[in-house]
Amino acid sequence: MAVETISPAEAAAPRKVRRESQLALMWRRFRQHQLAVVSLWLVIIFYLIAALAEFLAPTDPSAYSARFTYAPPQGLHLFLQNEDGGWSFQPHVNGYKSEVDPQAMRRTFVVDPEVVIPVRFFAPSEPYLLAGFIPMSVKLMGVEGPRDPFYILGADRLGRDLLSRLIHGTRISLSIGLAGVTLSLFFGIIIGGFAGFYGGWFDSAVMRVVEFIRSMPTIPLWLGLAAALPKDWTALQTYFAITIILSLIGWTELARVVRGRFLSLRTEDFVTAAQLDGASDWRIITRHMVPSFTSHIIAAATLAIPGMILAETALSFLGLGLQAPIVSWGTLLQEAQNIRTLATAPWLLAPGICVVVIILALNFFGDGLRDAADPHGR
Amino acid sequence: MTTLLSVENLSKVFTLGGGLFGKGRDLVALNDINLTVEQGETLAIVGESGCGKTTLGRCIIKALSVTSGHVRYHPEGGETVDLTTLNKREIKPFRRDIRMIFQDPMSSLNPNMRVFDIVAEPLRIHKLLRGKDLEARVYDTLAKVGIAADAAGRYPHAFSGGQRQRIGIARALVLDPRLVIADEAVSALDVSIQAQVLNLLDDLKADFGLTYIFISHDLGVVNYIADRVVVMYLGHVVENAPTEMLFERPRHPYTEMLLEALPIADPTRRKGRRTELKGEIPYLGNRPQGCPFHTRCKYAQDRCRSEKPALHAINGTAQQAACHFAETLELTGAYDAPQKAIA
Amino acid sequence: MPQTPMADKPLLTVRNMSISFSSPDEADIEAVRQVDLTLTPGKTLALVGESGCGKSVTARAVLRLLDKNAVIPSGEILFDTGQGAVDIAQLKPDSLAMRSIRGAEISMIFQEPMSSLSPVHTIGDQIDEIIILHDRVSPKQARERTVALLDQVGVPGARDRANAYPFELSGGLRQRAMIAMALACTPKLLIADEPTTALDVTTQAQILDLLRQLQDDYGMAMLFITHDLGVVAEVADDIAVMYLGDVVEQGDVYEVFRSPKHPYTQALMNSVPRLSRKADRQRLSPIKGTVPSPRDRPAGCAFTSRCPHAFAPCPDQRPERTQLSAGHVARCHLLTREPAEALA
Repeated sequence: MAVETISPAEAAAPRKVRRESQLALMWRRFRQHQLAVVSLWLVIIFYLIAALAEFLAPTDPSAYSARFTYAPPQGLHLFLQNEDGGWSFQPHVNGYKSEVDPQAMRRTFVVDPEVVIPVRFFAPSEPYLLAGFIPMSVKLMGVEGPRDPFYILGADRLGRDLLSRLIHGTRISLSIGLAGVTLSLFFGIIIGGFAGFYGGWFDSAVMRVVEFIRSMPTIPLWLGLAAALPKDWTALQTYFAITIILSLIGWTELARVVRGRFLSLRTEDFVTAAQLDGASDWRIITRHMVPSFTSHIIAAATLAIPGMILAETALSFLGLGLQAPIVSWGTLLQEAQNIRTLATAPWLLAPGICVVVIILALNFFGDGLRDAADPHGR
Repeated sequence: MTTLLSVENLSKVFTLGGGLFGKGRDLVALNDINLTVEQGETLAIVGESGCGKTTLGRCIIKALSVTSGHVRYHPEGGETVDLTTLNKREIKPFRRDIRMIFQDPMSSLNPNMRVFDIVAEPLRIHKLLRGKDLEARVYDTLAKVGIAADAAGRYPHAFSGGQRQRIGIARALVLDPRLVIADEAVSALDVSIQAQVLNLLDDLKADFGLTYIFISHDLGVVNYIADRVVVMYLGHVVENAPTEMLFERPRHPYTEMLLEALPIADPTRRKGRRTELKGEIPYLGNRPQGCPFHTRCKYAQDRCRSEKPALHAINGTAQQAACHFAETLELTGAYDAPQKAIA
Repeated sequence: MPQTPMADKPLLTVRNMSISFSSPDEADIEAVRQVDLTLTPGKTLALVGESGCGKSVTARAVLRLLDKNAVIPSGEILFDTGQGAVDIAQLKPDSLAMRSIRGAEISMIFQEPMSSLSPVHTIGDQIDEIIILHDRVSPKQARERTVALLDQVGVPGARDRANAYPFELSGGLRQRAMIAMALACTPKLLIADEPTTALDVTTQAQILDLLRQLQDDYGMAMLFITHDLGVVAEVADDIAVMYLGDVVEQGDVYEVFRSPKHPYTQALMNSVPRLSRKADRQRLSPIKGTVPSPRDRPAGCAFTSRCPHAFAPCPDQRPERTQLSAGHVARCHLLTREPAEALA
C-alpha cells in the first residue's frame, strides 16, 4: 500500500508544534485583552480581601465606640517628621480632637495632627478563626492602646470602623454573588441542558417559562419574595434565602446560554460522529458537548456575577435584603441613605465605590473571557 | 456478489415549523427510495444540493429516523436485520460495521480532544480493546491513513484540512467496518489534497475489504472512484447504473444535464453555450406533479406532467432509469472525446 | 512582460506587485510576491490556485479592498481610465479617485452574494441606487434600466423580481442579481471571486455561460478567480497559476493546459480526475505533503518543499521568469538549467 506518511515536521505545518488544549489557547487570547487582565487582578484582589477578611480588618466589624461617632477618616501615614526636621519610617495615625459646632450644637471630630498614634503591622490581637477554621492571633494592622481611635476610613453612626466593615461586607457581597451564580448555574445547566439536548415540547415549555420569568419586573418580585421571609430567621438563613431568591431569576439567562450551546453543538458533525460511534447520551453530553462549552459557561457565569452583587446591594439598600447585623455593601450603604449623613460623613459612600469598581472589573473580565472563548463570535 | 445492504421503499418527511401551536409544513426529502449495495462495491450517490443524498446517507446509518420503509443490513454470517426497527441499544453492534466519514473536516473532529482520543473513542465506547492493545490499534490505524504516531497527541486545530480528513477516516476505520458512508468526504479539500484522499480511500478499500457509499456532487470524482452511480433529484432516484454505462449513455435527461454542465479541465473540450440548461431545482416544498424533473426537461411531454415514471431496468441491462422515454431518447454521455493525461 | 503579442492595449497592468500583512506580535508576512498580470478588454484572465495561495488578496488589491494591516510595498497597478493610466497602488483606498474607479470602472462579484447584497432592500432598489449615483437619472429611468439589466442576466419576470428581497431568491438568481448590480455602471473590468463555487453544477454552468455572454456584449475584461481547473478551461483566455503568493506560471490557457511547464501546474492538473472510461483510468498522482505556512516559504521557489524535481538552487534562489513561448511564462529553475534536461 502506498500511503504517503505525513512526517511530524509536516504535520506541524502551522509553525509551532501546538500541543495546547482549548483552555490554553483561550488563556493566550485572553492575555491579549489588557483591560481584562487588569480586571482579573482586581477581581483576584477583591476575592482575597473577602477570604482574608478577619486578618485584614483592623477591628471587629460590630465593635462600636460611642466616643467616636462619625469620626472622619484618619488616613494612614507611613513617615513621621522628627523634631530635627528629618523623616523616619513610623506608620501612624493621628488622633482626634472634638469640636462643638456652635450653631448646630453638635459634636464633630477633626483629625489632630499633633497626636501621633503608632500603628503596628502584624499586630497581636484577640484570638480569632481566619475564614472560620484557621486559628490566628495576629492582624495585619493594629494600634497599641485598645482605647486609641483607629479609623483609617472613618467611623459610622455608632463609631464602628468603616474599613473593617467594608472588608467584612466584601466577603458577604462577593460570596453572595458567587453562591447565587453557582446556584443559577446548577439550575441553568440542568434545565437548559435538557431543553437543548432533547428539544421538543420540553424545550418549548422551558423557554416559555424562561420568557415568563424574564418578563416580570425584577425589583417588585424580589421585594415580594424578600418580604415573605420570616422575621425570626437567623442571619445565615436569610443569607441563603436571599441567594435562592436571586438565583430564581438568574438561572433563566444561564439556561438560555446553555440551551443555545447545546442546540448549536447538536448539529456539529463531531457530535453526530459520537452518536454514530454508539455513544450513550450521557457520554455524548459529558465527554463531547460540555467540554466544548465550559469556557462559554465560565464567561457567561462571570458576566452574571455583577448582576447578583447589584441585586443584593439594591435589596439590602432598600432594607429588604440582608439585615443588620450582617455586614454587606448593601447594608453599609443603607447607612448613607439620608442627605444629612452624607453631608456630615461622606466617607460612608465608600461601599458604593467598591460596588462600582468590582462590577466594572467583573464585566471587563467576563467580556475578555467571552472574547477569548469564542474569537469568531459576536 | 452478495448484497450487503438494501434500502426498500424508504421515505423521509421533515416537518418544518410547528411548535406548541399549530402543525408545520411537511417536506418530503426522500420519496420511496429503493437501492441495494453490493459487497465490495463503491456506490456513488450524486445529485445537486437539496436532492436528498445526504439525508439518504444519514437515514441508512440511522443518524436520522425514517418516516417509512426499511434498511435491511446483512451482517457477516448473521441474520438480516431491519436497521430502522432497532432501538439505540439494539443497533449498537451494527454501528461497528457501518461507519461514516463527514464532509467538513473542521466540525467533524471534537476540538477538545486529542487526535489519539478521537480515534480511540469508538473502541472505548464499544469496549473492544484496552491499554496497550488499544494504543497499538489506534497507532496502526493512524499510520494506515498517513498520520505519524507522534502527531497523535495534538489537538485537531494543529492539522490542515486534508490531515483532519485523514483523522476522520481513521476514526471510521478503527472499528474495522464493512460499510463506510463517505458524505462529500473530499468536497471541502483543495484539489491536490483531494487527490491524496481519493487515493487513500482507494487503497484502504482494498486493505480493509470495504464497501463504500460515496455521496458527492462532483461527477468527475464519482467517475474516478465509483463502480455504480445513483442519481437523485428532488428526493427521487432517477437513474441507477454502473458508472461506465451511465457516463457513456445516460438514460435520464437529468443525468444528461448534469454531465453537460460538468466543467472539464481541458480548454479544447470547451463547451459552447448550453442553452438546454434551464431553470433551477424547484424548492422541495412545491414538488411538481408527475415526473419531478419535467419542469426543466427539454424532452418533456404531456405524459410527464401527469404520470410519474417508475424506476425500471433499461432493456434488461443493469441500468435503471425513471423516465417514460428512457429506452428511446438519444442522450449524450460524457466520454465523447477521449482525453489524454497532461505531461 | 507576459503579454499576448496581438492583444489590444491592456486595460490593467499589474507589475511586480507585492502585498504584505503586518500583525502586532509577529513578523510581517509577504502574502503575494512580485506578481505581474495583464488584463485586456474582452478577455478573461483566470487566477488559479488552492486556498491560501493569495489569489483573492491579489484581486482585492486591485480594488484596494484589503484589510487595514495590508500594504503594497512595491509594484504598480496601472489602470487605463481612457484619459491616461492611473497607478491604483499609489491611490489611497478611500480617496475620491479610488472610489470613482471602484464600482464605476471596476466591479466585483463574490462567492456568496448574500454578503454583498443588503438584506433589507429589494434588489431593484439596490441596483437603482447605483445607477442613480452614477448617472444621475430619475428613479423611473433607473428602474427601467434595472429591469433591462435583470432581464439581460436571465432573471425571469425581471419587473416583478426587482421587488424581491435577496432572501426570496434562489442561490443562482441571487448570483444573477449581483452580476446585474456589478454591471449597472458598465464597468471596464469585472473581478469575479469564485462566483460559482457555492452553486450547484447546473447553475454554475448557466452562470458561466452568462458571464461569457455578457463579456461578448460589453467587451469588458474579466479577472476570474477560481480553484477549479474545469471552470478555468471553460471561461479563461489566459491563466495565471498561483502557489503560496507566487505566480508560478502564466500564459494562454490552451498553451498552459497543453504543455504546463512548472511542476506545480503539472501536478495540479494531474490531481484532477479525468473523465475517462475505466480501462483508461489512471491513478491520480497527487502532490505530496501540504502547503506550508507563508512564514515557512523558502526564499527561493515557494514550491520547493513539495516539488518532485527540486534541486540545488531551488530553496535559496528565486527562479526568474522564463519566457517559454509567446505569452507563456513560468518561474522554474528546471527551465533554465539545460535545455536538454528541461521537463518534457
